[in-house]
Amino acid sequence: MSIASTNKVTVPGDERLNKLNVNKNTPLWAKIPIIKELRVAVGWQKGMLITGLALTAFFLLVAIFAPLIAPYGHAQIKDANGVSFPAQAAPSAEHIWGTTAGGFDVFSRVVWGARTAVIAIIVAVLLSIFAGVLLGLVSGYFGGWVDRVLVMIADAVYSFPSLLLAILMAIMISHGQSGLVSGILASGISITVVYIPQYFRTIRAEVIRIKESAYVESARVVGASTWRIMTKHLFKNSTRTLPVILTLNSSEAILTLAGLGFLGFGIEPTAAAEWGYDLNRSVSDVTAGIWWTAVFPGLAIVLIVLGITLVGESLNDLADPRLRARKSAGEVVGSIEDTSVDPSEKPSVRNEVVAELDSTVDPPATVTDHDPSFTVSEWTGEGNTTGTAKGKE
Amino acid sequence: MSSTAAPAAAKDAAKPKQAKKNRLSGGFFRFILTRFLLIIPTVFILVTIVFFVMRATGDPISAAMGGRLTPEELQRRIHAAGYDRPLIVQYADYLGDLLHGDLGTTLTDNQPVITILTRYGAATFELAFLALIVALIVGIGLGRLAARKRDRAADAGIRTFAILCYATPVFFLGLVLKLIFAIWLNILPASGRSSLDSEMQFTRLVSPTGFYIIDALQLGNTTVLIDVLRHAVLPALALGLLTAGVFIRLVRTNVISTFNSGYVEAARSRGVSEKRLLNKHAWKPALIPIITVMGMQIALMLAGAVLTETTFEWKGLGFMLSQYLKARDFVAVQGIVILIAIIVAVVNFIVDVIAALIDPRVRY
Amino acid sequence: MSEHSQGNLAEIKDLSVSFMTDAGSIKAVEDVNFTIPRKTVVGVVGESGSGKSVTARSIIKLLPETATTSGAVYLSKRDGSDSLDVLSLSGEQLRQMRGSEAAMVFQEPNSVLNPVYTIGWQIEEGLRAHGLKDKKELRAKAIDILKKVGIPDAETRVDYYPHQFSGGQKQRIVIAMALVLNPGLILADEPTTALDVTVQAEILDLLRLARDEFDASVLIITHNMGVIADIADQVVVMYRGHVVEQGTVEQVFYNPKDDYTKRLLGAVPRIGQKLVVRDVDGNVIERKTDWRTQPVAVEAKGLTITYPGHLMQPDFKAVDGVDFTIHRSEVLGLVGESGSGKSTTGRAIAGLQKVTGGSLNVLGIEMNGVKERDFKPKRADIGFVFQDPGSSFNPLMTIAENVAEPLIVHKKYGSVAEAKNYVGDLLEMVQLPRAYMNRFPHELSGGQRQRASLARGLALKPSLLIADEPTSALDVSVQAKVLELFKRLQAEIGFACLFITHDLAVVDMLADRIMVMHKGQIVEHGDADQIMQHPANPYTQKLLASLPVPDPREQQLHRAHLHELLAQEA
Repeated sequence: MSIASTNKVTVPGDERLNKLNVNKNTPLWAKIPIIKELRVAVGWQKGMLITGLALTAFFLLVAIFAPLIAPYGHAQIKDANGVSFPAQAAPSAEHIWGTTAGGFDVFSRVVWGARTAVIAIIVAVLLSIFAGVLLGLVSGYFGGWVDRVLVMIADAVYSFPSLLLAILMAIMISHGQSGLVSGILASGISITVVYIPQYFRTIRAEVIRIKESAYVESARVVGASTWRIMTKHLFKNSTRTLPVILTLNSSEAILTLAGLGFLGFGIEPTAAAEWGYDLNRSVSDVTAGIWWTAVFPGLAIVLIVLGITLVGESLNDLADPRLRARKSAGEVVGSIEDTSVDPSEKPSVRNEVVAELDSTVDPPATVTDHDPSFTVSEWTGEGNTTGTAKGKE
Repeated sequence: MSSTAAPAAAKDAAKPKQAKKNRLSGGFFRFILTRFLLIIPTVFILVTIVFFVMRATGDPISAAMGGRLTPEELQRRIHAAGYDRPLIVQYADYLGDLLHGDLGTTLTDNQPVITILTRYGAATFELAFLALIVALIVGIGLGRLAARKRDRAADAGIRTFAILCYATPVFFLGLVLKLIFAIWLNILPASGRSSLDSEMQFTRLVSPTGFYIIDALQLGNTTVLIDVLRHAVLPALALGLLTAGVFIRLVRTNVISTFNSGYVEAARSRGVSEKRLLNKHAWKPALIPIITVMGMQIALMLAGAVLTETTFEWKGLGFMLSQYLKARDFVAVQGIVILIAIIVAVVNFIVDVIAALIDPRVRY
Repeated sequence: MSEHSQGNLAEIKDLSVSFMTDAGSIKAVEDVNFTIPRKTVVGVVGESGSGKSVTARSIIKLLPETATTSGAVYLSKRDGSDSLDVLSLSGEQLRQMRGSEAAMVFQEPNSVLNPVYTIGWQIEEGLRAHGLKDKKELRAKAIDILKKVGIPDAETRVDYYPHQFSGGQKQRIVIAMALVLNPGLILADEPTTALDVTVQAEILDLLRLARDEFDASVLIITHNMGVIADIADQVVVMYRGHVVEQGTVEQVFYNPKDDYTKRLLGAVPRIGQKLVVRDVDGNVIERKTDWRTQPVAVEAKGLTITYPGHLMQPDFKAVDGVDFTIHRSEVLGLVGESGSGKSTTGRAIAGLQKVTGGSLNVLGIEMNGVKERDFKPKRADIGFVFQDPGSSFNPLMTIAENVAEPLIVHKKYGSVAEAKNYVGDLLEMVQLPRAYMNRFPHELSGGQRQRASLARGLALKPSLLIADEPTSALDVSVQAKVLELFKRLQAEIGFACLFITHDLAVVDMLADRIMVMHKGQIVEHGDADQIMQHPANPYTQKLLASLPVPDPREQQLHRAHLHELLAQEA
């Protein structure tokens, strides 16, 4: 019996502990996303989050300060004196990570590549969030046949390998050849189209759940306009899970961009540096034992994706009480009376019960019904939609 | 490479299994039937998207031959192929041909797309199958271990491994594996599906299947079999580990989720051992979402196969796809992509049926 | 360790349990002491947060990892051969004790049955865990126990899956799983809370069977005084993690010593007890008008509401041709069990649910086929209070923004800031401090939120209020407070009200007239006293008889009456 312990968490039918809400004043700055999570995280979960944040911040800095860090331009093949760089030169003092067959400086290309990657993600994520959220809100709220058609299309697109879809989009947008702006835009838009269904599905599921909640119904009872319900109630409440999906999708976007580049559908080397393209060029190098042209851009991809994924996955874990690691018991800080809502409010004679366990807003994520469609998948952060799985019977 | 991702939380509208459960014995067959019929709109939507996306900005002949032909010659060939007709007419035509199994003829080497599919399909399936075995063994084994050792060092280690598997582009992993095992250690072949000797042996076969392992068994030649397997190790590992990363966390999350459920707690309260709780009470219900998502992943492996095959010069559909992409032969690209769309839809159907077989709520 | 009383099955000594949460450690239970004699039903009663569940779980050490315990729980073996110090057990010993010495019955039968295994397998699983291997014997025992708990056709249904049973049957199966192991102690944690009142009576009968035929002791945890009066031999009253009183059921009910127990008993709604509200000077507050002379506010004729079926399933008629009227300043109580169509009716009146047949006239507007544009002005005249205090407010908006929403929608005020004074008045009207308007919903307790919800419902001074189970998620003492407030406001303002509830005692306190709904139809309709004292319809009779009376002596007679009725039915 090597299981963690004989008495594991949760108590069936009694979710109150999960929802235990202790009224402690938290400073405002502690409510900012990420910082809030950092405070909640414990143990190696905290380690994961910090590592992820550090890696992501590092690449962001590299992208911003690329011109200062990189010794050469991304397409530079001659030094200041007009002398061509040696081809496939091993790492040396001149070229610390060596040069490629085409005479590019590997280090400079990797540094400039960070910039391409970051811009492409930003374009892709912004566009797909915008479209996905809008469609999800409208489709989820109004339902009807438009909703059904959209869901069917989103499902079909979603089940399809995203790289192939991105290839198709790249063909449509640029016929496979591109310069800097058009190349990044083409990659960005290709990736956008791939991820719209994910945002669409998540937001729609949330909207459908929130639509049934008493506060939206009560707005409908008083006759609030659709516009008011959408903007005041649905929009803010349904997008609370977005940060998780956003980070996880950014990492997928980088992989898709690199995949496109590897197949020769990315950005021309003279237009911008792109890691996937560089890896494509290095396939033949590897066979000849030349490792530096492949290893450095490859590691760059691994590390940036690793960083973003670590952040996303930690956020997802922390958002789901079932996956969150907790501090172990030990010290006694206060008794349950401290959970009262307002210590200054005197309990009236009749209204005695001050200790109220049941007081968080969201319904607890119970696992009462294992619908196959209810999957706690952390990759897309859809674990957050568990609420919808309730009561689907 | 894949858009990993999974689940199906929002498949709700499209999936009949969520509709009210019925206790009719015919319910299960009705489920299979409706689910089967759903393949048609899915494939139809994908074919439509693929067709219009590919044709939205131009015809395939200009794309492939653009610079190489005179404008007049180009015009003549476009007209001959009917690419100057209204798009909607071409679309209707394409759908008609598709129903007859005609996916068009490649521009660069003038072959029916369908023969490319039959000639190279086996290689891709062989790779995907081997990679799936790797992914299942690694994914289920490590995923369950991580769930069992939740929040301990082993769990942290396994999760880090899973994230690394996922974060590493399959082509980079392929290159690294090649560099280490084929170049530096020189114990495995760097590329291809078999050595030349083996290829020669295969020509003697009366009815080659295209699956080299099966063909080698047909020959009864151990040397060839070992040669084929040695070639398969690195590509299968590269593609398999990519998917294993997703499987590990899929298994881990779902097992943790069911392990924390009321019914496991209730069984624990009756004295059922922890080992049995994990292996039976938590495992079977976790299996339903796991299988559903795994099905999607298998479909996504096909995209990973494109990159893996390119890295290892494994002559399958993916390798051909990247060749045709380079040549801007969009008729071939379209054909291969549509074939993959159909495979994706069918695999998802099969997987949903398997999940339904486990889930009594659908079965009865 | 065996010097403690031989006659008792279990003894809880100085038990304290605390939990680690994000915000630090919280004590759930402190210095709890009580004993469980053999062959006795001990009822633990208390409101949410009193630590009653935690106490029960401690008896089989089924606590989260985050819990720390101190004190001791001694559990004698069924055969009396030995006594176990449960909290010191671990691993294999703990596993062997669980189930065979003490077994648990949970609140939610849906979540404690594994959906992918047959119930037979799940029953056998407990036996297997305690060493029984023979397949035939396992199956025979499973079938036998299913018969004993009253599952008809047990031989066939042993191979059924949980989803093929109704809620009440599922709870029977859960009890069977506990009984089959023949434990000395059954721990039942709110075993009837998720069930309808008619099913509750059956489950309580079954637990009595566990005591009388299986010679087990039962520790039943509940917040319902009626359940305690019905089944318990001894009572433990818990409050804020402490035991405040313990004694025989007669002692606790007829001679309570602790103030909390007295208040708790005082707050329990009883049939025939009319709620009377008084102002500061002690004068009874009464309505100024007689509702019988008032015009009709809502009139339904053959009202039918159908939900379209999914994928080849037939349509579902939630409300099937009902007729009723609500006069101005009348309180009409609508009573029914889950799935009776009572909420659907209320939602239709508020324009939240499309009317599919018949006629429904609300404040002069015909709702069948109504256009939202035509109905919107009338919405200012209708208030709605929802059941779930957890989700009735937008979590991202302050209480002021939430309460002011109707005012802003109907353009009484231009902004929340302008409405501030009036919102403050509203909060005071429902006896909440003005300062609460700047709080967020999660910073209020359930009872406070429900009062704020009432403030929102009444913000536009509506002439019609629909209250859908407004107190059923609240503890009795909080419920009493909210009901009192409700009654006072109704008397003062004089709005017409449809009060929807499953609790006959609550509706009797408030309503002028009562309608009883069952399977989409109104089975009985009349003055409150008439229906409560002389129910004519068999279903109403059964419903009334099933509701346990919070008085042990009276409940004994009441129960006999129920069994008589059931015998007639059969």
